[in-house]
Amino acid sequence: MHHTTQLPDHRSAAVRTGAATAAPPPARSGKRRRPTSTQWAAWAFLAPVTLYLALFYAYPLYRNLDLSLRDYTVRSFVQGDAPFTGLANYRKILDDPTFAPALLHTVVFTAVCLLFQYAVGLALAVFFHQNFRLSATLRALFLVPWLLPLIVSASTWSWMLNSDSGVVNALLSALGFDPVNWLTSPSWSLTSVTVANIWIGVPFNLVVLYSGLQSIPASLYEAAALDGANAWQRFWRITFPLLRPVSAITLLLGLVYTLKVFDIIWIMTKGGPADSSTTFATWSYQLGFGNLLPAFGPGAAVGNLLVVAALVFGLVYVRAQRKQALS
Amino acid sequence: MSRTRGRTRGKTTIGVLLTAIMLFPVYWMLNVSLTRDQDMRKSPPDLFPTHGTLAGYRTVLDEQLPYLGTSLVIGLGTVVLTVALAAPAGYALAKLRPRGGGVLSFVLLAAQMIPGIIMAMGFYAIYLQLGLLQSVPGLIVADSTLAVPFAVLIFTAFMSGIPGELLQAAQMDGAQALRTFWSVVLPMSRNAVVTVSLFAFLWSWSDFVFASTLVNGGAHEPITLGIYHYIGNNNQEWNAVMATAVVASLPAAVILVLAQRYVAAGVTAGAVKD
Repeated sequence: MHHTTQLPDHRSAAVRTGAATAAPPPARSGKRRRPTSTQWAAWAFLAPVTLYLALFYAYPLYRNLDLSLRDYTVRSFVQGDAPFTGLANYRKILDDPTFAPALLHTVVFTAVCLLFQYAVGLALAVFFHQNFRLSATLRALFLVPWLLPLIVSASTWSWMLNSDSGVVNALLSALGFDPVNWLTSPSWSLTSVTVANIWIGVPFNLVVLYSGLQSIPASLYEAAALDGANAWQRFWRITFPLLRPVSAITLLLGLVYTLKVFDIIWIMTKGGPADSSTTFATWSYQLGFGNLLPAFGPGAAVGNLLVVAALVFGLVYVRAQRKQALS
Repeated sequence: MSRTRGRTRGKTTIGVLLTAIMLFPVYWMLNVSLTRDQDMRKSPPDLFPTHGTLAGYRTVLDEQLPYLGTSLVIGLGTVVLTVALAAPAGYALAKLRPRGGGVLSFVLLAAQMIPGIIMAMGFYAIYLQLGLLQSVPGLIVADSTLAVPFAVLIFTAFMSGIPGELLQAAQMDGAQALRTFWSVVLPMSRNAVVTVSLFAFLWSWSDFVFASTLVNGGAHEPITLGIYHYIGNNNQEWNAVMATAVVASLPAAVILVLAQRYVAAGVTAGAVKD
């Protein structure tokens, strides 16, 4: 999923959506103890969501961990009496011939997607920041790929990249190139899903980086222009350095979300042909749901490796965000 | 003066061109959805639907309406569940300053980072035991996990902006807090409710991971599975596949046209300090 993420930033949402912000925010008078009745009221309001988190986040995660530590078969999956096998599932996936390619594809896919989404998003943000006629409308239209259901984007790309009737190969042959088996050749499938995922991720980068650009004071550019700095210098000396905190956040979020990309790859190639576009996310699904004989244990083990990776980068993200909020 | 105007016009032209390139796949989806069967495998393909047909859309009407109805029910159910859970929590975190609130916010943030496929596997194991597989309520609960953490953080950020004098939160018992929440905070938070609802609806409408693991093969499947079965079964009728895709994209289009400022607010809220 390609979500946005929010932080307990006390201003942004309220300010942008035009809330009653005329009055100053409530003054924080230190860590004053609240009366007990307020504490009770507060936790009464929090109780539903806390219960919800326990039941529908913590428990599925626990079940997933449990799955990965037992030797499940279809029968014992239903009856719930699978024998405890410790880390056997993890050992099994480490020895699996799919492990190395899946790891490589996950790293390459994530890195290439991030790089291009960020670079294209930043270039577009700088371009649209110039506020020409229609710029707001066009910027809004750029959101379309991000809002479309992933199955829509994935099936559209599948048809565009179809070997025989796809528009991409038609363009290639019009330009005098040989057609490419985008989705059915092992040497191209990863490229194809990467391109589709970059297309989906650019709008998010554009919107977030654009709002970062808006917070850079125009006076800095005016001063630089007076000093004779050209556009290139203004970008590298002002925009890029001042955008660094926002860039860090965008990239970290992108990292966490790209690691878990599943829909696009599964719908376009199912991780194939011959594992040539398999990542940890599709491998996990393949093991758990993709075969006639499900391997829930190893599937859950692969999934848990992904959780650990996502949470590690998630923690880095939270730290970066804190640091930015303090500055 | 005319020089700047000329330069602006040049930028607008470039902007339009870039947008056209970016949106080409969307155009292509529309184009293919209007293409006749016999032109589908034509090489090179027609760039415009010169022999346009609505046959694909007729197929959608014949075959996909139940899927669309299911998706609508699931989307609305997810919205209601998400707002009901998240709005009170946002109020407490923003205004009542509970002990341990910081930890809860952190947990919510971390929850968003968990890959959907992991959640799906856990839900599958649980639903199998509870007999909730292939049920619409089960899918609504699973889909709401896509939106609830986001929703709490949006509500918290928004409600923090409501002036404290209006709420007199200093000494509040449960009944007072409930009244304040219901008659002051919630009406004032209309924008946050809209933003949260839009995203909750869009995400559950677009969900594929939970749908394919939890309700695949059931009596009520959402539109994402409708399209997925189409791709799997008939590789020939791509106009019908693309027509379904166009119809499935309508909520996103409507939301973009009617509520663009909420979308932009949702994307950037909190991700950037400005």
